[in-house]
Amino acid sequence: MTTPIYMDYSATTPVDTRVAKKMMQYLTMDGDFGNPASNSHYYGWQADEAVKKARQQVADLIGADSKEIVWTSGATESNNLAIKGIAHFYHKKGKHIITLKTEHKAVLDTCRQLEREGYEVDYLDPMPNGLLDINVLKAAMREDTILVSIMHVNNEIGVIQDIETIGNLCRENKIFFHVDAAQSAGKVAIDLSVLPVDLMSFSAHKIYGPKGMGALYVQRKPRIRLEAQMHGGGHERGMRSGTLATHQIVGMGEAFAIANAEMLEENTKIRTLRDRLLAGFDGMEEVVINGDMESRIPGNLNISFNYVEGESLMMAISDIAVSSGSACTSASLEPSYVLRALGLSDELAHSSIRFTIGRYTTEQDVDKAIDLVRDKVQKLRDLSPLWDMFKEGIDISKVEWSAH
Amino acid sequence: MAYGEKVMDHYENPRNVGVLDKDAKNVGTGMVGAPACGDVMRLQIQVNDDGIIEEAKFKTYGCGSAIASSSLLTEWVKGKTLDEAAEIKNTDLAEELALPPVKVHCSVLAEDAIKAAINDIKSKA
Repeated sequence: MTTPIYMDYSATTPVDTRVAKKMMQYLTMDGDFGNPASNSHYYGWQADEAVKKARQQVADLIGADSKEIVWTSGATESNNLAIKGIAHFYHKKGKHIITLKTEHKAVLDTCRQLEREGYEVDYLDPMPNGLLDINVLKAAMREDTILVSIMHVNNEIGVIQDIETIGNLCRENKIFFHVDAAQSAGKVAIDLSVLPVDLMSFSAHKIYGPKGMGALYVQRKPRIRLEAQMHGGGHERGMRSGTLATHQIVGMGEAFAIANAEMLEENTKIRTLRDRLLAGFDGMEEVVINGDMESRIPGNLNISFNYVEGESLMMAISDIAVSSGSACTSASLEPSYVLRALGLSDELAHSSIRFTIGRYTTEQDVDKAIDLVRDKVQKLRDLSPLWDMFKEGIDISKVEWSAH
Repeated sequence: MAYGEKVMDHYENPRNVGVLDKDAKNVGTGMVGAPACGDVMRLQIQVNDDGIIEEAKFKTYGCGSAIASSSLLTEWVKGKTLDEAAEIKNTDLAEELALPPVKVHCSVLAEDAIKAAINDIKSKA
């Protein structure tokens, strides 16, 4: 069996073989398997050295000090730690939090939990292009606002928020600013030595590192305090207890170091491929690109093929592995909440496909995807009563449907 | 989500795709579902002078299970009287296609479609 072409790099990435090789040196008896917290013997020192190096590698990519990096199990934990940590530590300053409707569930559901604990949360609407209108944020800020949490790059539509402007507004109003950067690290330049950001979440597996590994940047000057979620041995300056997973950490460090060295070149290559993919759909009718095309990472193309349902299209193009905003691909049977927040109609959200291109995508892959999509969209439209209606000039938004 | 063989077969080779003249007296049209819900089925049946369904056509916007359910339905109704066709249950379709629980609503929609088509043809009589 030939495996499908992978175009779902925003879901996860394969571990770079250079990264995997490094990781394997920290597992077995003949490697550095020690506990980095064992400060009384050789094995511990070796592991501690490896962790120190990785901490520096992660810090280097994002312009941080290595002491500002807290290891976690992934961006979900980082988001939980940042948001709950701030909310719980600073609850006496206020109980109001602002975030965006298109955030990842790890942010949204964490905020929901805080609402159950008595906090108030505003979930702002993005503009139709997916970006946050700074005036909308300004209007939502209150005396008792303690935290703003806005993602850097959206996982579904790939748009890049202007975190510098948002951060400056937060600073002026003495509000903490957390950024979920799971989808941006290694794709967008980040320099925390100048960016007005207090907390930033990272994931390893989105940038060719291992799953189950992440980090939270916690600014030191001025010092940000957090209430820990995980209690125990007091690792990571008490913010996150638990024995450090040396091999995972080494993997994340190596992945970040590679990204640091190769990001510019890689972005150019990926952008060329993405633009080739987009150009391949030229001339197709009723195709809508979701999210701003300017302020967007190079590897993302989120596109709706109107009158074709996303899941059936994914089935038809199963030779390429992609994602869809169709309800049928989610357990909830609701179409993508991100696309809905942009103001897309349900049917356009149901018809969306997310292509995400990455390190190992080739021109041949892209060309194959173009041919397959063009062919199957036509086939499914021939099968679609909505397409018939569109061709007859019927406005389907004006039809009275029997919802079920 | 992995699909069963029968769903894949109907999805890849849908039977009886097409359109009948909706204004003809012996054609019944059932259009059910809603684009907002992610599936719309249009099922049409044509009845001969003996009251037997001699032709059935469909078009469906929806997931693979929705397409397969309507495709299978067109096969089943052919040769049946309207009363016999009205007896087709969604559970029969779901069982034949081995639909997982989250996809059972697709077979419900197909049952709704044949009922709507039968009502349409009866209203023309």
